[in-house]
Amino acid sequence: MSIWEYANPVKFMRTSGAALPWVVAGAAVCTVTGLVWGFLTPEDYRQGSTVKIVFLHVPAAMMAINIWVMMLVASLIWLIRRHHVSALAAKAAAPIGAVMTLIGLITGAVWGQPMWGTWWEWDPRLTSFLILLLFYIGYIALWSAVEDPDSAADLTGVLCLVGSVFALLSRYAVFFWNQGLHQGASLSVQPGERMSAVYRYPLYLTMLGFGLLFLALLLIRTRTEIRRRRLAALQAREMRA
Amino acid sequence: MIELGKYAGAVIGAYGLSLALLGGLIWQTLAANARARRDLERQENRG
Repeated sequence: MSIWEYANPVKFMRTSGAALPWVVAGAAVCTVTGLVWGFLTPEDYRQGSTVKIVFLHVPAAMMAINIWVMMLVASLIWLIRRHHVSALAAKAAAPIGAVMTLIGLITGAVWGQPMWGTWWEWDPRLTSFLILLLFYIGYIALWSAVEDPDSAADLTGVLCLVGSVFALLSRYAVFFWNQGLHQGASLSVQPGERMSAVYRYPLYLTMLGFGLLFLALLLIRTRTEIRRRRLAALQAREMRA
Repeated sequence: MIELGKYAGAVIGAYGLSLALLGGLIWQTLAANARARRDLERQENRG
């Protein structure tokens, strides 16, 4: 069995329909449990109760970047192999990525105000994240602006390639420039820099929950796009008849 | 009752805004999916 079989819309609908209840259940359990667990964690001795924002901020920011990378892979599959499902999956992922980026920016600002004394700073990571949000908005707008779906997929695929620079930049910006306010990795593998287990385990769970939530929403939205495409094809056939 | 101290506004605000955005995204996703399914079924039944 080849992975390319899932590029067939019928096969995709059948497989995703069977997987969806499990993915939705996993997303609900992990996200709700992780957020409630995170909310109930004790105050940090330096950051006070604002440390609880990490359980939203880090998973959302992680997904904002990863979703763009997923869109990049799907766009490359479209541009190289012309599989329609991959183009529709990239289109379906964009609004989820935009919301994740917005959550990352909002929670970062709300967290930054008491900790840094400012809502916003033109820091490398913050700035590259804002540009990433603008790329998401531009990507969604471009899909809406171009009438022919294949042309829209081509153009947005190229935009996705360009935007990938900023997606990677927002991930590694703190390493390129050292003058920013933003800290480095929240989940360092170095024992001395490691976050306490009290916070680390609920954070792992919310990260898993956000990942599954993305997968669930992606499957539903891709199925919606496939249905819309089929509807458009049937309407076009009826018009010709 | 959970004690959030002097940062209660920031924590509740961050959770409230984030959950509202996620809730809106989920609602929009499900509503669009239901509409697309209904429209497609209607079109297929016509054919």
